[in-house]
Formats: sequence, C-alpha cells, structure tokens
Amino acid sequence: MIKLSNIRKAYNQGHENEYWALDGIDLNIKEKQVTALCGPSGSGKTTLLSIIGCLARPTSGRVQLKKRDISGLPERFLTEERRSTFGFVFQQFNLIKGLSARDNVMLPAYPVGGDWKKLHERADGLLDSLKLGHRRDARVEWLSGGEQQRVAIARAMINDPQVVIADEPTANLDTALSREFLTILEGLKEQGKTILLTSHDPLVVDSEVVDKVVNLRDGRLVKAD
Amino acid sequence: MKIWIQKQQALIDFTLASLARRKLKNAGLLLVYTLIVFLLASVMLYTSALRHDAAAVLKNSPEVIVQRMVAGRHDLIPPGYLEKLGRIRGVQKKEGRLWGYYYDPVVKANYTLMVPMAEAPGAEKVADANIVVGAAVARERGLVPGNLISFRSYSGKLFSFTVADVLPHAAELVSADLILLSEADYRAFFEIPAGHYTDIALSVANPQEVRKIASKLSEALPDSRPILREEVLRTYESIFNWREGIVLVLLSGSILAFAIFAWEKASGLSAEEKREIGILKAIGWETGDVLKMKFWEGVLVSLTAFLLGYIAAYLHVFSFSAALFEPVLKGWAVLYPRFELTPVVDGFQIATLFFFTVFPYTVATIVPIWRAAITDPDAVMRG
Repeated sequence: MIKLSNIRKAYNQGHENEYWALDGIDLNIKEKQVTALCGPSGSGKTTLLSIIGCLARPTSGRVQLKKRDISGLPERFLTEERRSTFGFVFQQFNLIKGLSARDNVMLPAYPVGGDWKKLHERADGLLDSLKLGHRRDARVEWLSGGEQQRVAIARAMINDPQVVIADEPTANLDTALSREFLTILEGLKEQGKTILLTSHDPLVVDSEVVDKVVNLRDGRLVKAD
Repeated sequence: MKIWIQKQQALIDFTLASLARRKLKNAGLLLVYTLIVFLLASVMLYTSALRHDAAAVLKNSPEVIVQRMVAGRHDLIPPGYLEKLGRIRGVQKKEGRLWGYYYDPVVKANYTLMVPMAEAPGAEKVADANIVVGAAVARERGLVPGNLISFRSYSGKLFSFTVADVLPHAAELVSADLILLSEADYRAFFEIPAGHYTDIALSVANPQEVRKIASKLSEALPDSRPILREEVLRTYESIFNWREGIVLVLLSGSILAFAIFAWEKASGLSAEEKREIGILKAIGWETGDVLKMKFWEGVLVSLTAFLLGYIAAYLHVFSFSAALFEPVLKGWAVLYPRFELTPVVDGFQIATLFFFTVFPYTVATIVPIWRAAITDPDAVMRG
C-alpha cells in the first residue's frame, strides 16, 4: 500500500549543523497489517512516520501511496491526503485543552464540512466504542492519560482513514493501559485498517497483533522481519 | 455551496467553543470593545440627530433677517426702514420682529421674550397682559396655564402677566426659554417706542435670489446686515461639528488605549495558540482553514461588539436623551431643553464606524496567524 524508495531526509541542509535523519530507506508497508518501527531514540522513527503520514517531505527519494507518487505533491494536496487517508495518534496525544472530548474528536472533520448532526453522531459513536461515551462533554485536561489516548484514537478515526499512524503510543501508559491499547489496536486491525506505529516498548513490539517489525538505527534499516 | 456553508458553520462552532475557553478574558475584551463603539456611536448619532432636528426647525424660518448695526453692534431698526425694503424685487413678505433677552434673577436664567409673528401658530393666544411660555420656563417657575407671574423690567417697573399657554414639548429644542407676549406689552416692558423693531424678517419666493437680494439690501441700507438662513444652518452645523470634535478628542485617549489593548490581544500569539495551530495543521487543517477560523474569531468578537455598542448607543441617544453627553453636546445653559430627538440613522455613518472598528480588529487577528499557520505540520510530531 505504501512504498518507500531510497528515502533520505536532512535537517538544516547546507548549514554547519546539517543532519541526516534518514539515509536511504526502502520499505513496503502492506495493507491491513500492523507495522511497528522500532529503534533507539534518534534512529529516525518519527521522521519516517512524518514522511509516510504526509506531515513532511523527504529531501530525496519517493513515497508511493497506492502506486501514486505523493512525495512531490504541493502542501495543499498533502494536507488533503493527510486528512482523508491518515489518522494520527501522537505521543503527547496533542489534544486541544479547554475543549470537550467530543469537540476534540470532531476537529479533523471540520474542514471537510458535511452534515453537522451526523458528525456529532459519528463522534459519539467512536467515543462509545472506546468506552468513553460518559466523558464526551468533559474537558480533555480533566481526563486520565488512558482516557486522553482514547480520545486521540477516536479523533484519528473520525474521518474513517485507511491508515492509522501512532507515535510511541504506549510511552505514557502503564502496563494495564498499554494492554488496553493493544486490544484497541486489534479492533482497528479487524476493521481492516493499516496501522503504522513507532515503539521501543517490548510489550508492543512482541505483541501478536504486530505483523511486521522494522528496525532502524542511525537513519537506516537494520532488519526487516 | 452547501458544503461551504457546512464548513463555515463548523469553523464558527469551533471558534465559539475556542472563545468560550477563555471566558473571562474574552468577555472583558468584548465589554471594553462594546463600550468604545457605544461611546463613538452615541456621539455620532446624537450630533447627527441634533443637526437634523435643527435643520428641520430652521426650514420654516425666514430666508433673510435684516439687522441694523451701530458701531458694529446690533441696534434697533428705526421707523421707515420697513418701507424702504418693500421696494426690493423678489421680496415676498416683510415683517418687523420684536424680541429681546430678559434675565430672571429667581432662577438665574435668561429668557427670550418675543412678539409672535402675525401668522405664527398660537399668536392669537397672546393677548395683552397674557404670555405663552416655553416648556423649560414653565418647568423652572412651576407655571401652568392660568397662573399669574410678575417680571421687573430693566427700568424697575413691575409687570404682571397671566400664563395663557405652555408651548408644546415637541418644539422644546428651539422654544425652551421662550416667552411670547403681545406687541404692546413688549414695547411697554422694554420701553421701545412704536415703529422701532429688533430686526426685520424677509420671505423670498425664489431661493436662487436670496444672495442677490442680500447684496441689494446691503446697498439700500448700508448700516444693516442681512443674515441668511443658510448661514444660520451652516453655523449650527459648525457648532455641532465643533462639539462633536471636542467629545471625540476627549474620547481619543480611551480609544487609543483600547486600540493598543486590542492589538496586543489580537496580534499576540501565545505559545499555546501556536501549538494548537500546529495540531490543527497536523490533523488535516489547511493554512486557509486556520486563517478562516481566526477570521471568524475576529468577526464574531468585533461584530458582536459593534452591534451591541450601536444598539446601546441608539437607545442611549433616542430613548434616554443621550444623558451622558448632554451637557457638552447640547451647549451650556441654565434652561436645558428637554426633547426627544427624531431617530436618524445614516448609512454612511454606520459604514464609517463599522470600518474603523470591525475591520482593524479582524485584520489584527488574522495577520499574526499567517506566520504561525504556514509552519510545517511535522513540528507537532517532534513535540
């Protein structure tokens, strides 16, 4: 579904502090599978995730999404792709404080337009499915870490994306909540979502739900199982 | 089109939810903003209504008034002048007027004593020893029709009058301090001999001829000055403009303070706001969507303030007689007229006020967002 060819990404290119975060990545990510990017801090996991999720462009190389080259698309089209194809669960959850759980969930759908009532119903349905229906009107800063993550997952699902991207999803969770996350992940996989995550949590990497682990070090692939 | 509307609806909904997060801060801003619009709109509405009313009242006044000058001061018209004027072509009607000022030590106020023109409404009520008084005079002296009142003339003689009527409230803008009395009483009270007049009122059939007639008058009666109605109107206009200017100068300090406050509030982008914009971009908002959202924020705040302020100003001016600005805008007097202004709403005036309040705030809200909104969305990913 996603094919990366010789992806390189430099920061501060041409400056003294030039740094290559990715250095020639070739990777195939299959549809309806859970792929985990694994590696130590600074190995380039998050950068790779950003490029796949259309949050950043590679310095060189090609990204193909369903056989379509998206690496050279202008910002506007990248945004459209990001909105319609991907759902994001960030490490810090990145919820907007002061807004209710439901308002946060609906955020990615606002620029799309669409029926207002149906959108509310969809948001409520997602929160219900993640056992957060009773907290839908609570401000997100009042929620626990696990609840906040579930709001972030519901937000990632609101536009019904094909691909869910999660950056270090269990980094801020204890073991019980991490297991809960894996259960949710299983559910998403069953729904036919393609899931891409970064993690160095053995609980995630060794989990049965993960189909493929991609190891990275110093911006290069170490091993692909 | 439907999608566009739904999209704007969603953006407005988000903006409202977003504004509600800082209720106190935004309510404070809205309050100050509304107050500024209220003050500005009150001054504008009040002066324009005063101008409008004054113009409406003066519409029925004579086209030309002739005053005799002695040593550069207004003096009585001597006998024979009226006859001389009659020979100027274009003058439809001429009438000698009798009026003067009287200081009433009881209420420490000046009255205007006047003999009504022959065809003026209510003139028939002013029989000898009777007077018709303006509403403010009646109020200050507690007069009702049938009461007896005495005034001591400048020569020391006491004159008693019966109040025949009180002038209608509607005409109070020009008749608050007026006392109408008969010609015989007037002449006796001020000791002005028969044939003398305070000034002469002329009616001119064709308004195009007014200036020509004025120059003819200056030739025929070199010791007189013609005062044209249009000049009086212009004087009123400049007096009201001047007063409006004074109030605006007084207000300018607070307007400036608000401008700085609003600019700071609207343009200063906190780290939290920057972070939020990053999140929105990362989850699929375009730069344009963020700008539209901020645009709605600016519009909602400034338009609400504008509408609230303008409506409050309208009520203040037309229902509460502009109680806040009355002393400055209406002039200085002991006998303040009480009157309700005719509501006048000038489209151009609204547009001006709208442009100088809503527009700058909205721009100040959007511009700084532009820089934040074009940042790379992957910044969010890095934390």
